[in-house]
Amino acid sequence: MTTSKEDILNQLRSQSVPPTDLPDLQSIELASQWIRYEDPAEQFAETLASVGGLCVRVKNVDEINQRLSELTAYQEASQVCSQIAGCGQPNVSIPDITDPHDFENIDFAILPGEFGVAENGAVWITNEGGPARTLYFLAQHVALLVPASDIVNNMHQAYQKLEFAENSFGTFMSGPSKTADIEQSLVIGAHGARSLTVFLVEEAF
Amino acid sequence: MPSHPKLAAEFVKNKDRAHWHDESLWFVRSKRDKAARQIPEWELLREQASKIKMHTISHLPDLLEEFERNATARGVQVHWARNATEHNEIVHGLLKKHDVTRVVKSKSMLTEECHLNPYLERHGIEIIDTDLGERIVQMQNMPPSHIVMPAIHMKKEEIGELFHEQLGTEKGATDPQYLAEAARQHLRQKFIEAEAGITGVNFAIAETGGFVVCTNEGNADLGTSLNKLHIACMGIEKLIPRAGDLSVFLRLLARSATGQPITTYSSHFHGPAPGAEMHIVLLDNGRSEISGSDEFRRSLNCIRCAACMNTCPVYRRSGGYSYSNTVPGPIGSILGPAKDPKANATLPFACSLCGSCTDVCPVKIDLHHQLLTWRKEIRVKGFLPVSKRISMKMMSWLMQAPRMYRFVGKMARSIVPYLPRFMLYNRMNDWGKQRELPIIPKQSFREWMKQNHDDK
Repeated sequence: MTTSKEDILNQLRSQSVPPTDLPDLQSIELASQWIRYEDPAEQFAETLASVGGLCVRVKNVDEINQRLSELTAYQEASQVCSQIAGCGQPNVSIPDITDPHDFENIDFAILPGEFGVAENGAVWITNEGGPARTLYFLAQHVALLVPASDIVNNMHQAYQKLEFAENSFGTFMSGPSKTADIEQSLVIGAHGARSLTVFLVEEAF
Repeated sequence: MPSHPKLAAEFVKNKDRAHWHDESLWFVRSKRDKAARQIPEWELLREQASKIKMHTISHLPDLLEEFERNATARGVQVHWARNATEHNEIVHGLLKKHDVTRVVKSKSMLTEECHLNPYLERHGIEIIDTDLGERIVQMQNMPPSHIVMPAIHMKKEEIGELFHEQLGTEKGATDPQYLAEAARQHLRQKFIEAEAGITGVNFAIAETGGFVVCTNEGNADLGTSLNKLHIACMGIEKLIPRAGDLSVFLRLLARSATGQPITTYSSHFHGPAPGAEMHIVLLDNGRSEISGSDEFRRSLNCIRCAACMNTCPVYRRSGGYSYSNTVPGPIGSILGPAKDPKANATLPFACSLCGSCTDVCPVKIDLHHQLLTWRKEIRVKGFLPVSKRISMKMMSWLMQAPRMYRFVGKMARSIVPYLPRFMLYNRMNDWGKQRELPIIPKQSFREWMKQNHDDK
C-alpha cells in the first residue's frame, strides 16, 4: 500500500505541466521599479499613523523615557516590562518569567524591533520563541524601539535583509491589533495590543 | 443541494438588506482600488505574482519535497493528507496524543473545507474559532459567508443579540466597539486556557521550510505563543519557492483584500519554540487533480484575498450562502465544480461574465474564462437543467437558420409591443423578473442598414 505522500507526489508527477520561469526579483529591470520615497522615515511615520499606530522620532533612550511619561497608556499601566536596558520603569522582570501565561496582566511592554518598512508602516521583529514572544501580542499596549537609520523603502528591500537561520519566529507588525468584522466598523484593539508606539531612535540603544 | 438561483432569490427578497450587503462589499472594493493606485508598479507586481505561482505549480512535487526536507530540518513534523478524512484524523491524532481538550484556531478556510470543527467536537474536543468574524458565525453554528470577512452578511443588531445570549452583553447593545471589547475579553480567556493552537497557512516557503500566517487581530500569534502545540494546516498549492517571493505576495494580499498596506501581523514560523512541538499537515483534497488540467490549473494561484467576490455583482447581490460552497464568489464557483460538478452545477452560471474578477485578481487568474469553460464542462457532463438545455438547443437551431431568425425577429417586433403585461411578465420569463424588458425597436439592425447605407 502506498502512503499518502507517495500518492500525492505520484499523481502530480504523472502530469505534464509545462514548466515556466521564476522571475528574478532582484534584477535591475524589476528592482528599479519598486517604490521608493524621498524620506522613508517620514513615509513610515505617515503610513503607521494611517493604520492606527504612532511613530515618535527621538534622539535617545532618555528622550523615550520622557515621551513615555506623556503617554496615557503608560501613565495608567500598573504592570510594565521592558527588554531594553534603561528604557521605561519596568516592574516585571522578563528573564524571571518561564511561563508565558504569567504575562497575562502586562499593561505596557517595551520591546526591540529590527527595522521599519516605509510602504506599509511595518516593523520586523524576531524572537527565539521563548516566553517573551507572547509579549508582542498579549500586552495591552506595546512600544517598539527601532534604529532611525533602519527604515527600508519597500518589502523587497526588507526581504533582502532577512535571513531565517537563527530565530524560529519573526513577524511584521503594522500598527495595533484591529478588526472590522462587525459591519465594517474599524475597532482598534481586537485581541492583541490596543496601541502600538514605534520610537525611531537616532543613537544606538 | 439547493441551486444558486433558488438561494439567491431568498436573499434578494429582503431588498433593503440585499442593497446594504451590496454597498458593504463595494466599500471594500473601493478601498482596494485606492490602495492599489498608491503603488505605481501594481501591474508589474501582479505579473510577478502570477509567474511565481505558475512556476510553483509546474514544479510542485519537487518543491513539496524540498519544503518537507527543510521544515523537518527545523524540527517541524510534516504530515500528508490525501483528503479531508485523513486531514481530520491526523489533527485529532496529534491532539489526542497530547491529551488536549481545548483548542483555539485562527481563520483557515482549509479547515472549513474539511469540516474539522464538527469532527473534533464529536471527539469531545472544544475548538474555538478566534477570528472575530469566524467566532460570530461559529456561535450561530454557521459557516463563514465570506473568506476574509466571515460575518459580512450580519447586521450589528444581530451580532448584539447573539452576544447578549452567548457572552452576556447588554440587551440591545449594538456598538461595534463595545461588542468587539466583549469578544476580546471572551477570546483572551480562551487563549489563556487553550492547550493547543491550530492555524491555517497563507504561504509556505520551500527554500527555508518556514510558513507565514497573516492576521489583523493577532489571533494566530496569541493562539500559538501560549501553549506547546502548534498545528498548521495547508493546501499543497500554498507553497512558494523562495522567502524573497513573499515581498510580492505580502504587498498584494492585504491591499487586494481590504485595502490595508499589509495585515497587522505577518508572522513567519521556522520551527517550534523551545520545548514545544510544531506540525504541518499538507492537504491535497482534489488540488493535484486541478493541477493536471490545462484549463483550470491557474485557479491554484489563488491566495484567498477575496477581491473577486468583493467586486462580483452577483456575489454582492446574492450573498455568500447562496453558493453553498466553502469558498463562495467567482473563485469558489471554479473550485466548487472541480470538487463536485453535479452538486455545484449552477455556480458557473452565477456570473454575468463581466470580467471584473479577472481585472482585480492579484495573481491574474483568468476567472471569467474559467467560469465560461466550466459552463461547457457542465453541459458535456449532462448536469445542465432541462429548461436551460432545451432553450439553448432552440436558440442554437434558430441562430443557424438565418431566414427563420429574421422571420421570428420580425414577428416579435410586431407582436410583443402589443401583448398584455401578464403575458410578458410571468414565471416563464426570467428576464422579466425585477426589471422591465427593453423597448423593442421598430426595425432590425439589418433593415436599418439596408435603408440607410446599402444604397449609398
